Amino acid sequence: MRLNVTVNGRPRQADDVWPGESLLYVLRERLGLPGSKNACEQGECGSCTVYLDDVPVCSCLVAAGQAEGRQVRTVEGLAEGDRLDPVQQSFVDAGAVQCGFCTPGLVVAAHDLLRRTPRPSDEEIREALAGNLCRCTGYEKILDAVRTAADAS
Amino acid sequence: MDFLRPTTLDEALAAKAERPGAVPIAGGTDVMVELNFDHRRPEALLDLTGVGELAEWSRSSGSDGEIRLGAGVPYTRVITELGGRLPGLAMASRTVGSPQIRNRGTVGGNLGSASPAGDTHPVLLVTGARVEVASVRGTRLIPATEFYTGVKRNALAPDELVTAVHLPEATGPQQFAKVGTRNAMVIAVCSFALALDPDRAAARAAIGSAAPTPRRAVAAERFLAEELPWGTPGPLRDSLKRRFGELVAEATEPIDDVRGTAAYRRHALAVLARRTLTWAWNDQQERSPSCA
Ligand SMILES: Cc1cc2nc3c(=O)[nH]c(=O)nc-3n(C[C@H](O)[C@H](O)[C@H](O)COP(=O)(O)OP(=O)(O)OC[C@H]3O[C@@H](n4cnc5c(N)ncnc54)[C@H](O)[C@@H]3O)c2cc1C
Ligand code: FES
Ligand code: FES
Repeated sequence: MRLNVTVNGRPRQADDVWPGESLLYVLRERLGLPGSKNACEQGECGSCTVYLDDVPVCSCLVAAGQAEGRQVRTVEGLAEGDRLDPVQQSFVDAGAVQCGFCTPGLVVAAHDLLRRTPRPSDEEIREALAGNLCRCTGYEKILDAVRTAADAS
Repeated sequence: MDFLRPTTLDEALAAKAERPGAVPIAGGTDVMVELNFDHRRPEALLDLTGVGELAEWSRSSGSDGEIRLGAGVPYTRVITELGGRLPGLAMASRTVGSPQIRNRGTVGGNLGSASPAGDTHPVLLVTGARVEVASVRGTRLIPATEFYTGVKRNALAPDELVTAVHLPEATGPQQFAKVGTRNAMVIAVCSFALALDPDRAAARAAIGSAAPTPRRAVAAERFLAEELPWGTPGPLRDSLKRRFGELVAEATEPIDDVRGTAAYRRHALAVLARRTLTWAWNDQQERSPSCA
């Protein structure tokens, strides 16, 4: 089937989509947007987090057909040109990135948190990032990055 | 595989009647895991996210408020929009998965999967919820107590969809608690829900993940109705809480599995029962005018 979906503000089309494949697969393999990562394909790790109609979801659990006519915003759509989003910049500054596999999902989840709650408590940060796993950093630097981003905005 | 995208409930019911083998997909948080891992290859997917009627909730106009919660309302909205009216369901919803899962997952999907570990089930049992199901043949209301028919089995006919859940607004304290290995993203090792109805001197209790289906602990409920000092302010006797815990544990029929042993589940449920009873009773004391 043919899929029409707006990604990062641009109307996109993908052909020969198998309706049961995931939105994550469409983004990575058909639309050339490998920012969202595939680590578990079962909703456990959050590496594939994107905004779907402005709500953060695991793109591995959205059937391609369910994205028809909808708006998707991926980690690639957060920066403005060369200027990183404050959340991205603070991940770099805080050293919250090691292998980087979890980073795109964490950045989107943290971005959503700070939109809704500009000054989150540590509890709120932990709660908001509970669906994102990182095997490298031990999370401390990630918490630092989110606190820094909150202070910066 | 076909992908069916109805935009109205009538279209969805017509599609389900014509293609009973089509698998409904709402939030996809159960269905997509099965597809991604090739555990299931249905002839068609029936996408319900385009059906606006399923994504709404409303309150009946009568004095005995009842909420009709559309099957497709995600957990995040249950928490933010209905936390006050349906505290037990909101508590259970808060424990589901992660923010991303709660943004997509629905009560309709929890009912469709009918896993013994599904978090909303014990709450639906203790609140006296009724499941509204529909087909081209008509609509019926199934009491939650009759909805779960076996491990991952429910009372739906092949041409039926869950359209909504009808829940009375809380008339007293409600509690939900679950045991898992971390504070987020866990399938319950066991879970427990409790609702007190002080005006009628009645109580309901239900267990999850400790029997082939979610089920009420009827003897434990009867014990509370008879033994709780309804009109009397003050803390509960330890002996009463302990006996309640024992009766809850006796209502279980648990198995050993990767998440825990049967013995652990029985023990943990007795603990959850005592704790939630304490919380609910304290809550009740704070509300009742005699202690204000
Ligand atoms: C990482 C992760 C964590 C999870 N954590 C929890 C948890 O803590 N607690 C918990 O209870 N569950 C948990 N789940 C399971 C799942 O999120 C829930 O069961 C959720 O309620 C499913 O809702 P959904 O809308 O996503 O269902 P879907 O996946 O869309 O559907 C689930 C089933 O219900 C059927 N269905 C859906 N809607 C209808 C309808 N209206 N009428 C008839 N059938 C229908 C589908 O055909 C399918 O069989 C988790 C899942 C994941 C991936
Ligand atoms: S790849 Fe989607 S949650 Fe892990
Ligand atoms: S930096 Fe490697 S998984 Fe998080």
